[in-house]
Amino acid sequence: MSQAGDDHALRNELVKGIWRENPVLLQVLGLCPAMAVTNSLSNAIVMGVATGFVLVGSSVIVSALRRVIPPQVRISIYVIIIATFVTVVDFALAAYLPTAHKALGAFIALIVVNCLILGRQEAFAAKNTVPLAIADAVGMTIGNTLALVAIGVVREVLGSGTLLGVNLFGDKFEPWVIMVLPPGGFITMGLLLFAIALRKEAALRAQAAALQEAP
Amino acid sequence: MTDHAPATEPALTDPATAAPTEVSSFRIVGSLVVAGLVSGLILVGAFLWTQPLIAANQAAALQAAIFRVVPGTTTTAPMHQAGDGVALVKPGGEVKGEALIYACTRKDGSLVGYAIPGQGSGFMDTISLLYGYDPGRKVIVGMEVLDSRETPGLGDKIITDKHFLENFKALAVEPDLVPVKRGLKTKPNEVDMITGASISSKAVVSILHKGNRTWLPRIGAATSKGGK
Amino acid sequence: MDDLLWIFVSSAIINNFTLAYFLGLCAFFGVTNKIETAVRLGLANIFVLVITALATWALNRFVLDAAPYLRLISFIVVIACAVQFVEMLIRKLSPALFRALGIYLPLITTNCAILGLALFQTSRGYGLVQGLTFAVGAGIGLLIALVLMAGLRVESRLSTVPAALKGTALSFLLAGVMSLAFMGFAGLFSQ
Repeated sequence: MSQAGDDHALRNELVKGIWRENPVLLQVLGLCPAMAVTNSLSNAIVMGVATGFVLVGSSVIVSALRRVIPPQVRISIYVIIIATFVTVVDFALAAYLPTAHKALGAFIALIVVNCLILGRQEAFAAKNTVPLAIADAVGMTIGNTLALVAIGVVREVLGSGTLLGVNLFGDKFEPWVIMVLPPGGFITMGLLLFAIALRKEAALRAQAAALQEAP
Repeated sequence: MTDHAPATEPALTDPATAAPTEVSSFRIVGSLVVAGLVSGLILVGAFLWTQPLIAANQAAALQAAIFRVVPGTTTTAPMHQAGDGVALVKPGGEVKGEALIYACTRKDGSLVGYAIPGQGSGFMDTISLLYGYDPGRKVIVGMEVLDSRETPGLGDKIITDKHFLENFKALAVEPDLVPVKRGLKTKPNEVDMITGASISSKAVVSILHKGNRTWLPRIGAATSKGGK
Repeated sequence: MDDLLWIFVSSAIINNFTLAYFLGLCAFFGVTNKIETAVRLGLANIFVLVITALATWALNRFVLDAAPYLRLISFIVVIACAVQFVEMLIRKLSPALFRALGIYLPLITTNCAILGLALFQTSRGYGLVQGLTFAVGAGIGLLIALVLMAGLRVESRLSTVPAALKGTALSFLLAGVMSLAFMGFAGLFSQ
């Protein structure tokens, strides 16, 4: 394969995770953390990065060992690999970022059952070379983090009147408290999905209109 | 765990790679064992590396809270229940899960008071707090909520409302603590509640009650025996 | 005793695993197309949760003090085995139910509610009876959430809803309203 072809393939795998196959918004995976830790932007970012570390790390190992892992026990081995990474991340956060660790709580450990990570191992890392697996994992991480950030920004700004802890609207602002509580998480996600579906509809209509006009 | 894999394979396997290859059961078991061992080694390493840091973080957080609820503290020492009273926990004599309070002393070695942790159910979930007690004047000298999941803007006022926190700067414990409506506090053992967050604020008072019932008789016994 | 009652009511209703703690969402949005499936999955969940609570207590008590870094891995292994066990049990007791549940049974392994239960039980230091009460309460709470969502989705299929809202977006909004309603249970127990 030519150098240009390799680069193109890499870029393709990287970019698809950001929008076209965005794990949270389009594949609707990894919902639990997307709802639970997006009540503030900083929590959303830390979760996105932590999940990304586990995803990229696991993908590298699974891809590197893909010819060696017996198919019959591959899921179990993937789970062992992912659980090891998650435990390490858990310890690292508790040691170096104790405030974030306390805020994220049990959801750090719950990264291990995030269907996104196991899904990527099975669907991609196990069948592709290490560079491609890294590109895929990084792309999915960016997409996942962006989705978490989008939800987090809406919930924190409306629900606390702050962004990253910085007060935006002054004392007179009455925050829409429900946004940082569970119902707010569900509603924000629902409206986000609605907006995306509307945009898709509009794009399809534009496409159909363009086709009709072409001779 | 090997049994678990086949049940999920039909849904997740790509047809191209599903063709069963001749893999010996030795390789199957071997790969699981290797994975387990490598994983175990990495985890032990990570644990040994981070444990000191984590323990230091927890101790620092607790110390900081103790300094805030018992002003004037320089050093603290954990104490556990012993007989009728309390006794210093000897180094190495820590029992996991044991209830502890902290004796707080000034630089000159004199006792400032005790920091007592407590928890109980609040409006949304469990509230965990730390409060300072001065056995000489028989008053609570400070209270800080360590962990709570109360409603932001309402119940979490137990953390943010300065007027509520003022209650605990010199709160008499005899007779028992009495919650009263905001603004009606007249006696030193009364606690002004937070309007609109009565359940959360009442929960704080009942946690203090529980703590007092558990520890004050013991502290009294220890103090009257002349020891710390 | 009222400690146990608080644990039960709290995990089932006041702090419902799905509507308050955001656990088990993949099943919540994925398996609630028919009320029957939701009920069956909810019941299977309860079995797995009880076994998990038992094993978690045993692990915490006898093994994990010596090796706390193995906690997560051992919980996952236990859950996988518990699901395997329940699968075999259902296959023996009711082959029809087994066929009806299909792929959703092994997927309980990745249901964050199960692992969440193990983690919460550990961090709250529950004993054996408390842990089991917690598991039953959480399971019933999950069942209630699943059945309510299934009912709402079946109803909403027959109502006029903008096309872009149909499907997952609407489910999330319905979940939001349900979560809001359940918040009304807070303060059910006050000391």
